[in-house]
Amino acid sequence: MGMTMTQKILAKHAGLDKVEVGQLIEAKLDLVLGNDITTPVAITEFEKAGFTQVFDKDKIAIVLDHYTPCKDIKSAQLCKQAREFAHKHNITNFFDVGQMGVEHALLPEKGLCAPGEIIVGADSHTCTYGALGAFSTGIGSTDMAAGMATGLLWFKVPAAIKVTLKGKLQPHVSGKDVILHLIGEIGVDGALYQSLEFAGEGVSSLTMDDRFTISNMAIEAGGKNGIFPVDEKTMEYINGRVNRPCEAFQADPDAEYVREVVIDLDKLEPTVAMPHLPENTKVVSEVAGLPINQVVIGSCTNGRIQDLRIAAAIMKGKKVADNVRCVVIPATQEIVLQAMKEGLIQDFIEAGAAVSTPTCGPCLGGHMGVMAEGERTVSTTNRNFVGRMGHVTSEVILASPAVAAASAIAGCVADPRTLS
Amino acid sequence: MKVYKYGANVDTDVIIPARHLNDPSPAALASHCMEDIDAEFASTVQPGDIIVAGPNFGCGSSREHAPLAIKSCGVKCVIAPSFARIFYRNAINIGFPIVECPQAAEEIQPGDEVDVDFSTGIITDSTQGKTWQAAPFPPFIEGIIKSGGLLNSLKERGVAK
Repeated sequence: MGMTMTQKILAKHAGLDKVEVGQLIEAKLDLVLGNDITTPVAITEFEKAGFTQVFDKDKIAIVLDHYTPCKDIKSAQLCKQAREFAHKHNITNFFDVGQMGVEHALLPEKGLCAPGEIIVGADSHTCTYGALGAFSTGIGSTDMAAGMATGLLWFKVPAAIKVTLKGKLQPHVSGKDVILHLIGEIGVDGALYQSLEFAGEGVSSLTMDDRFTISNMAIEAGGKNGIFPVDEKTMEYINGRVNRPCEAFQADPDAEYVREVVIDLDKLEPTVAMPHLPENTKVVSEVAGLPINQVVIGSCTNGRIQDLRIAAAIMKGKKVADNVRCVVIPATQEIVLQAMKEGLIQDFIEAGAAVSTPTCGPCLGGHMGVMAEGERTVSTTNRNFVGRMGHVTSEVILASPAVAAASAIAGCVADPRTLS
Repeated sequence: MKVYKYGANVDTDVIIPARHLNDPSPAALASHCMEDIDAEFASTVQPGDIIVAGPNFGCGSSREHAPLAIKSCGVKCVIAPSFARIFYRNAINIGFPIVECPQAAEEIQPGDEVDVDFSTGIITDSTQGKTWQAAPFPPFIEGIIKSGGLLNSLKERGVAK
């Protein structure tokens, strides 16, 4: 029996010719990531265990992005702890305010993730880099400490679900609709302990930003990772960013999958996930008109330049509805600059939106758009759990940038295809 | 010990809401544990109590603060049909016992007196007079648990400086 893309990458990094589903292996890591919430806990464990050296100062990335620029004294203390550790160990890829961006948009942009690599991160959305044909997955802080100390980590080789994409996305439909639709199909634990392996002729029509969005939310289906095959678009993206040799792994023709899900991109409609689980999906027209208080456009899921272009195209020359607060958060400094050059920031501000410096902020109810009792937000982020973005009675509707922008203008959940 | 029972897909945002992640001290995490799903939990839980829940326990964020919060409350273990994979890793890595047993998770009722023998994997519900056998851990993972967590096991193996 052949191997999937994920299984091949794991085998290579474990120094094995072959691995099998369920096998426990120890694999070499190409990058270990942490943020301002998870890194301090990792540092405390690292030091408590008596470790004094990191395995490779170039293969650790620390990004202060969640509560930054610091929202309160406690967050500032956590950042201080991470900053001091980064300086002490001379961590090459330490990103503080001014250089930092939302980690999963930042790392690919900086060329820190490449096809065939293993990247682990103490942040569940580390699975984003599967878009580049890497094996990447979320871990906890103790794993991060172990990874920083040894450059190794244990993994259980996952079984796989093949997601075959057919056709081409229609106008106002993007990667977010693909992944929300998939989560709706298989459920929030539909890929538990498994990898999502994307395949099919539909892959080639997806932009890299679409692919990042799709891989990013593999965890919302319980997936260990979500991986795309490497093609010309991948190579074009890494060209000029990644200067080290890398390897594109292809699934064997006889690789084993526990199931196959086929998605016809031609027929896919703008899709939203209603409170309080990402699997509660509906086609947007079914819930259009539902009153909202806020729109958030940003995050590691949808804060990239394509997302801002889509949102700005809808909002340009229009006004955010009186009853709605709209917060736009470009995910990295490079994206902010690009959006400025293209006039997108001006479009947002003239429409009445607030534009923020990069931060994860509102996605996890941290800052920059926390909700009060009973409020509802349409958000391009990734989770709509109870209390996720604020008060325990507040609600989050997950949506694409097109749906979010259309909703901001309409003042209620809106279908971008019907906006005049 | 007393059982607290919850449904499917208990996520890490309700186990420990992100608004409290700016203070990762065990006492602070314990004081807000389960706050958004059960406001009474943190003030009523006693050392040795057990959480029983539905499938996919601990889904969502990678925050190790979630198993840390539960452990810091003195909870003996969590019994569920399945765990989200990052929560599963985190619990093992910090030496906090989790028990996969679909039948026990379904049949145990809130308030039941339940005990778990980790050496045998036998779950005993003395209120109902029932026992169940939990799935054993693979030897590699059992080794991590016996060492008291991942970092201790790495130290024992001498693989880090």
